[in-house]
This record gives sequence, C-alpha cells and structure tokens, in this order.
Amino acid sequence: MAEHEAGDLRLVGLTKSFGEFTAVQPLDLTIPEGSFFALLGPSGCGKTTTLRMVAGLEDPTGGQILIGGTDITRTRAFQRNVNTVFQSYALFPHMSVMDNVAFGLRRRGDKQAKSKAQDALDLVELGHAGSKKPNQLSGGMQQRVALARALVNRPDVLLLDEPLGALDLKLRRQMQIELKRIQQEVGLTFIHVTHDQEEAMTMADTIAVMNAGYLEQLGDPATLYEHPASTFVANFLGQSNLLRARITGSAEGGLLTADVHGEEILVDAKNVPEGLRDVWVGVRPEKLGLGETAGRNHLHGLVTDVSFTGVATQYLVRMPWGFDVVVVQQNDGSARARLGENITLSWDPGREFVLDAAQSDLAGIDEVLVDG
Amino acid sequence: MAEIAGVAGPGAHHAPTKRANWVPYALLVPGLAWLFVFFVLPMITLGSQSLQEGSVEAGYTFTGNVAIYAEALQKYWPQLLRSIGYAATATVAALVLAYPLAYYLAQKAGRWKNVMLVLVIAPFFTSFLIRTLAWRTILSDTGPVTSIAQKLHLTDLLQAVGLTNNDTLLSSKFAVICGLTYNFLPFMILPLYAALDRLDPRLVEAAGDLYASPFQGFRHVTWPLSLPGVVAGTLLTFIPAAGDFINSRLLGNTQTVMIGQVIDSQFLRVLNYPLAAALSFILLILILGLVTFYVRRAGTEELV
Repeated sequence: MAEHEAGDLRLVGLTKSFGEFTAVQPLDLTIPEGSFFALLGPSGCGKTTTLRMVAGLEDPTGGQILIGGTDITRTRAFQRNVNTVFQSYALFPHMSVMDNVAFGLRRRGDKQAKSKAQDALDLVELGHAGSKKPNQLSGGMQQRVALARALVNRPDVLLLDEPLGALDLKLRRQMQIELKRIQQEVGLTFIHVTHDQEEAMTMADTIAVMNAGYLEQLGDPATLYEHPASTFVANFLGQSNLLRARITGSAEGGLLTADVHGEEILVDAKNVPEGLRDVWVGVRPEKLGLGETAGRNHLHGLVTDVSFTGVATQYLVRMPWGFDVVVVQQNDGSARARLGENITLSWDPGREFVLDAAQSDLAGIDEVLVDG
Repeated sequence: MAEIAGVAGPGAHHAPTKRANWVPYALLVPGLAWLFVFFVLPMITLGSQSLQEGSVEAGYTFTGNVAIYAEALQKYWPQLLRSIGYAATATVAALVLAYPLAYYLAQKAGRWKNVMLVLVIAPFFTSFLIRTLAWRTILSDTGPVTSIAQKLHLTDLLQAVGLTNNDTLLSSKFAVICGLTYNFLPFMILPLYAALDRLDPRLVEAAGDLYASPFQGFRHVTWPLSLPGVVAGTLLTFIPAAGDFINSRLLGNTQTVMIGQVIDSQFLRVLNYPLAAALSFILLILILGLVTFYVRRAGTEELV
C-alpha cells in the first residue's frame, strides 16, 4: 500500500453529510490507474454522492481526494482533470454533436479540437453524426455521444453515473461490452456507479459494494461472489441460500461439522472465521445438485416451484423447517425434477461461504426488489 | 368496433367527425372578428387618414398626399431617433437588471419562487400613470434620492455624460430612461424567467465538468439556452417603450420629447390628423424593420 502509481485516485476519509444525514461515512479507497472500477449499491447508499465529490460537483464534509498524490479536494469541477458521463447525458441541446464533443477541448484551447472530437466520435461509431443535434439521436446514440464528450479529454479519471440506466436491456448488454472495449482501448481509469450487480460484475475489474454510506466489501467480482464478507453482499450480488447453522466439531481433511436444523453437514474450515460458532452457511443456487451424487452434503425437501428459463431450470425446494432453498440446474440434459417431488440436494464441502449469524439474512434483499 | 359502428348506422357514425371539423374554426371566429374590427379596420382608416388633406372644421378629403410623410420625417426625425435611442437604452438597462433576478427566481428561489413572482407582477395593480407620477416624487429635487446622489457626486457624473442638465435628477434624459426601464421591467423579467425555468441545471453542471469556468459556462450554455427569453423580453420592452408618451412628458423636459408625445399632441391638441397618422405609420414601419433585423440575427445565434 505504500507505493502508488502516478495516476492512482485515492480517497482518504472522504465524508459527506447533508444536515443530520450522513450520505457517505468516512471512506478510504485507492483506485489504481487504468482500472475499471465499479461502485455498486442500492439507491441512497452514497455511491453517486461519492462520484460527485470526485467530480467536484459536491463539496466533501471531510477527507481528501488525491490523484497521483496531488490533493484536488479544494479545487473546483472545471479545474479537475476528471470528466463525467451523466445519467441524464446532459448533452447541450443547442449545439451539434460535434460541438458537444469538442466542448471540453475548446475550453482548454486545444487547436486540434475538431479532429480529436471526430476521432472520439469514430471510436463510439458515430463518426457520421457530427452535424446532428442531440435530440435527433436515439437514447443509445446520445449515450455514446456523452461518452465521447468525456473520453475525448483524456481525463485522469472518467466517471460514469449509471450511464446505461435509461437504455433497454438489449442495448444495455451491447453497451456494457462496448464500454469495456473502449476502456481497454484508451486505458483510462473508469469509475462506474451502478445499482445493477450484473452490470458491475460484467464490466469491472474491481467492485466496491456500498450500503448506507459504508463500504461493505472491496474486491474483484469472483471474490465478491464466492466469498461475500456480509449477508448484504451475499444477497445483493446474485442469489444466496443462507442456512442457519451451528459449528459442532471437526472432521478429517480440514473440515468442520455443522448442524443445520438437525442435519449434519461438512464445511471447509478455511471458510469459517476463527472462533465463530453460530453462523450462516451460504450456498449459491448453481452449486447445489439434484440427487445424492453431486456431493457429500445432503439436504432433503419437497419441490414447490419449477421455472424453466431455457439455459437452466430454477427450483424452489421446501426444507422440513420451512425454508425455501433455491436451486439452479443447468440445462445439460440431465433429468429434471417435477413439482411436488421429494428430492435430495447435495454439494461438496468447500463450495460454501460462512458468515456470522449475528447479521440479518435479509440484508440486501429489499434493496434489490426496490431497484429492480 | 366494426360491429358497433354497423349497429349505430353510418349516419350516427359520421356525424361527430363532421362536427369536430368545424368546431376549431368556429372558435377562431370571435378572435378574428375582434382583430378585424379593432385592428385591421383602424389600421386602414389610419392609413387613409394620413393621405387626406383638410381641417377638422372643413372636413378631410382623400388626396393621396404622400408628401406628408416626407414632411413628418423632416420635422420630427430627432424625436424619432431619440425614441429609438431611449427605448434601446431602457431595454438594455432592463435586461441587465432583470437577468440576474429572473435567474435567481427560476433556479434558486425554491419555495419563495411564487411569492417573488407575485411581487414582480405587483406593480401592475396600480395604474401606469400613477406609477410614473410616483417617480416624480422619488426623483424630486428635495427628495432623499437626489440628495444622496448629490452627496455621492453621481449627479455630477450624470451631468458629465449628458444624461442630466444640472445637479438634479428630474426632468432629464436620465429620469425618462429610468421611468421607461421601471415601467417595462416586468415584461423583461417574465419571459426571461420562463426561459431560465426550463434550463436544466445539470447542463450547467456538465459545462463545469468539461472545464468551463462559471463565466464560460454562462456564455456557452446558460446564455444561448435563454436566448428565446431574451428575444421575447427585449421585444416586449423595446416596442412599447419606443412608442411611449407618458414617461417623457412626466419625467422629461422639452429636450427629451419622444415621438409618442408628438403623435399625442398632433392628434389631440394641434388636431393635425394626417401628420399624426403619418408619424404613427413611420414609427410602425421603423419598429417593424428593426425588429425583423433583430429577430433574424437572434435566429442565427449571432446575437451576443
């Protein structure tokens, strides 16, 4: 941590309060130069406020913002080498697409503003649209103009505030891939604010999950998914089956035994935090197999819902103690279970994650519903 | 749907469509009739009046006397130019005063917005004449405004630039322009407010994000987007101000006579109807010409 790349963005104890309400609790983050970083969380978690503070559009209540060791906390937005792609795009309606893209370059007196703007428009595949007005373009095209307008300035940090929120699903998928390609092509630091966990996972190298003004967990998408640090992260990123369990003893091969409502299962000791007895054992739906052959841990239940989605089939399996376990079976040709059937679910120890039972197993669920 | 239409019969189906066609035109009739009777006809009468000769006692006959226009221009061109100059100055002054106020109202006033809008319109609750007369009191030689201006040597400054003739404020160019500015200020504020109210503050934010200093952001984003309001406001101020005859009479002197005042006295005192009518037409054409030129320029966004 002692050494920093020249262009790293560092937030040190960054805080923002609006009157009594603290939107961002003291936040420490280092975002390496050239990375695609996502700030993920439900609405009102403080991610957009954090972004606006980096952009200079909001004054922090406390803390510092540094780019490559230079403190920019007290500078104003137009003095920062940081550009934003706004959620509403905020394209200037009275200017042509070309003038929109060249706006930042012209403010800095760049002599080659026009040719650079043309290059940026080519990069987002809108090279032909320069003379049009923004309102003559579709939402997806406007989005790309907004991106070009920010990119063209080669900022130290490019901020994206839910840039794909207004697009339909298909276009959004397309733009996710496009954004990722462009980021790799230009090599700038991207900070992407989103409440869409799938979007964050698809695009970002590193994700910071925020909740209620706090940073919940920081890591690459796979780590966050496989080893969530809290029930909030477990529920907010994908689906989780959280089984209430008590660690009862140890078994051979670095395993521990745990009691789940009277059933004994095995968990990997490496996944259990030191000294924890009352725990949530989390198993992702796709890690559970139908039948007894998929692993050494077994649970029995009744199939109460079957939904076929093409690639996979999702089951709800009611456990004897009333909990519905979600199971996703890949459509690999293996036999499907029927509604009302009594089945056995199995998985191998080590596929689980273990969290402190003191946390609510519902954290992060309401937010997902609210945000869609 | 087809079945229902069949049951109701073709006649019943077509009747409402027909009525819907003539109703909008019928609604236009009263307004058009009003404009015809009270605008088009008087304009024709006025035009014909300007080309008649005679006197009130002997009656007027149409002689097609176009020379009256040349005579009117020759005699009263200083008053015409003065009117345009005063109106332009008052318009610029009103724009400078109104813009920050309208911006504040539209973007920053929050819950005080409506109260402040009512305050802007409040002067209209008193008559135009009373409001102008009040300025005589405000600028009177013994009033506090004049004595403060004298203490600060503002009167000397105004005298030096030729807006006043002595060390008082009343009965001067300055007073007339003040009166014009004041009386037409709401006509400037309201269109500006309407334009700035539609301005998305996020666009100004975006300009700042793209390295535009607050001044550059204003110049390249706020100002061009508020141009429709600027054009509307300046027209609504300039046109009535150019034809105004109250302010110059109540607040001015013999050297500040405006064209409206001349037309007024030709019509009602001298009773030289053809000359008054010709002057009215000259003013009309002059304003129309200036406005056309101005709107064309504004339309191409060269107006800065």
